[in-house]
Amino acid sequence: MRELEVSKRIRSFDEVALGYNEEEAIAEAERCLQCKNPKCVEGCPVGINIPEFIRHIRNREYEEAIKTIKLANNLPAICGRVCPQENQCEGRCVLGIKGDPINIGGLERFVADLELSRGFEVPEKAPDTGRSVAVIGSGPAGLTAAGDLAKMGHNVVVFEALHEPGGVLTYGIPEFRLPKRIVKAEVGYIEKLGVKIKTDVVVGKTLTIEDLFQEGFDSVFIGTGAGLPAFLNVPGENLCGIYSANEFLIRVNLMKAYKFPYESDTPIKVGSENVVIGGGNVAMDSARCALRLSQKNVTVLYRRTEKEMPARRDEVRRAREEGVNFRFLTQPVGFLGDDRGQVRKVECIRMRLGEPDRSGRPRPIPIEGSNFYVDADAVIVAIGQRPNPMIPKTTPKIKVDERRGTIIVNPETLETSFKGVFAGGDIVTGAATVISAMGAGKKAARSIHKSLIK
Amino acid sequence: VEAPLIAKKAEAGQFVIVRVDERGERIPLTLVDWDKDRGVITLVYQAVGLTTRKLSEKKEGEHILDVVGPLGNPGAAEKFGTVAVIGGGVGVAAAYPRAKQLRQKGNYVISIIGARSSNLLIFEDEMRSVSDELYISTDDGTKGRKGFVSDVLRDLLQEGRKIDYVFAVGPTVMMRAVAKVTKEYQVKTDVSLNPIMVDGTGMCGACRVRVGGETKFTCVDGPEFDGHQVDFEELLTRLNTYREEEAMALERYVKGGGGED
Repeated sequence: MRELEVSKRIRSFDEVALGYNEEEAIAEAERCLQCKNPKCVEGCPVGINIPEFIRHIRNREYEEAIKTIKLANNLPAICGRVCPQENQCEGRCVLGIKGDPINIGGLERFVADLELSRGFEVPEKAPDTGRSVAVIGSGPAGLTAAGDLAKMGHNVVVFEALHEPGGVLTYGIPEFRLPKRIVKAEVGYIEKLGVKIKTDVVVGKTLTIEDLFQEGFDSVFIGTGAGLPAFLNVPGENLCGIYSANEFLIRVNLMKAYKFPYESDTPIKVGSENVVIGGGNVAMDSARCALRLSQKNVTVLYRRTEKEMPARRDEVRRAREEGVNFRFLTQPVGFLGDDRGQVRKVECIRMRLGEPDRSGRPRPIPIEGSNFYVDADAVIVAIGQRPNPMIPKTTPKIKVDERRGTIIVNPETLETSFKGVFAGGDIVTGAATVISAMGAGKKAARSIHKSLIK
Repeated sequence: VEAPLIAKKAEAGQFVIVRVDERGERIPLTLVDWDKDRGVITLVYQAVGLTTRKLSEKKEGEHILDVVGPLGNPGAAEKFGTVAVIGGGVGVAAAYPRAKQLRQKGNYVISIIGARSSNLLIFEDEMRSVSDELYISTDDGTKGRKGFVSDVLRDLLQEGRKIDYVFAVGPTVMMRAVAKVTKEYQVKTDVSLNPIMVDGTGMCGACRVRVGGETKFTCVDGPEFDGHQVDFEELLTRLNTYREEEAMALERYVKGGGGED
């Protein structure tokens, strides 16, 4: 797929991957073998009929292609862009055994973008059931559950704590990977299905779950995600210039701090030596935002090696092309500041890899006495997020895994210990992917539907 | 501000996050008063920078784009005996709901309010209406005792007045000074902290402060903390992070004569 030139893209927040034109999309679709037992579908967490939509593209039946996708997925323009397809549909594609798998994500995006440019057709909905469902959180899990429940004929209201819907799609993933106009358009589609979205409502504070039942909701879905940032808990971490990735990305993506002071009132500060700690997608997003904001040095510190990085390969490659530096086997142990309380250096220790840990990856072990310093005047800590504790804290009836902070659900129905309250996405699994949250949203919608119509 | 959901749930010590317009930043403001029946909340702010300036230019009937809340935890509302409620600057308004609530709980309320100068003193009548005793101080001596609210508190404690609990809200240096005095006299003291915030729901840690050696998020763990445990030096440093940017944003706005680009 064509990409924006490096020299251009590092000076803007414009989307990097440009997408297929019609000719390219058809050429790619024609490579598909149309398997009888398609493995790609098994790899898709929401089970899109992939060979069928690709066949429609081949035949230039784009309306049919999008209809096929939307039977399973309400947010294809988003998924086509941000799914880690290499571990999902494309990872199973038989063409991938010997050569390149079909670029399924690229094709999904192609038809979804085509639909966005033409305007949506609202699919037929089931007749009104007279039942209503409150969805808490408007991230991928909540939007998917809401869309599906609306199609099933229920009245759905989504409550969102921030001033814009979308969750991580809005505040987390940067414009250059997922343009916000795409998120707005797909959220608009969910609204067209009849879903009402109420922003600025913090469930647990503005309203409790009990209040929602009192207001007449028959069922509640919790999709509040994993929005609690993890810190390293090392000395100096509260120096000025040290951000959690969440803060950094919220300022950049949601508050548009990269337009400060011209079109945004929210400031942000980067430096000439910017350091990002972590090896996931959030770390890559932070590093590439820092690069675009500062036009200066950005270094990623990761405690394992490149092979173990959880970030998507394509995004690591793009970060590298854009000039982000990487230091592997490096673990921060503290931060040093100047007399004004501004961070100046990261104290690090070298690591070596040991036996596999619970995650199956080799455990990083510090090498005694190998401490060294890395210059830094801005630091972004991107070492993971924990489930958002707001609702479990204010709703004791909901059972939680104390160690992980996740909500415990019945794995078959996704119902919590609070009858009529379901949960899915990162709040149940811990930080995972957009598409697995959507899969959970779909599953919850099905069991909520079952519980409401019986 | 009309905000029925917030008015219904509000408790003394909590705050809201507001965003004035589409390009606006999110800022925290303490809930000063609320009326559950009318669905109205009262916010008091001082025009110190771009956003508060924009707010002060709003006319009755106009809208604030986003108001989120109530956020944070309610303050400690027990019967302590004699309490001192201390407010400095715009913090006097934030002290009001706590003074009112502590008095309703049966405490004897001594309020100490202060400002730089008499013309900057706000909420005097409101505070008087919920206090058993009221003391005033101004930095320049134009009203009440010349000096700081912490000086008034020290005087009272020196005189041997028995005070069981102190609540202070205002500029960070003022809260630090109050905590220093009460530490000497070993009086339990809560302060309402005012760090930089973004989301106000525990997502980002911009508002992190060190309390008793541990990092806490003011928006979800506070905003009230034990004044003797707070690392005020760190808080003061972190509050200065964006000083230049804040000045620049205000200057642009003022020059633009209304913020149009």
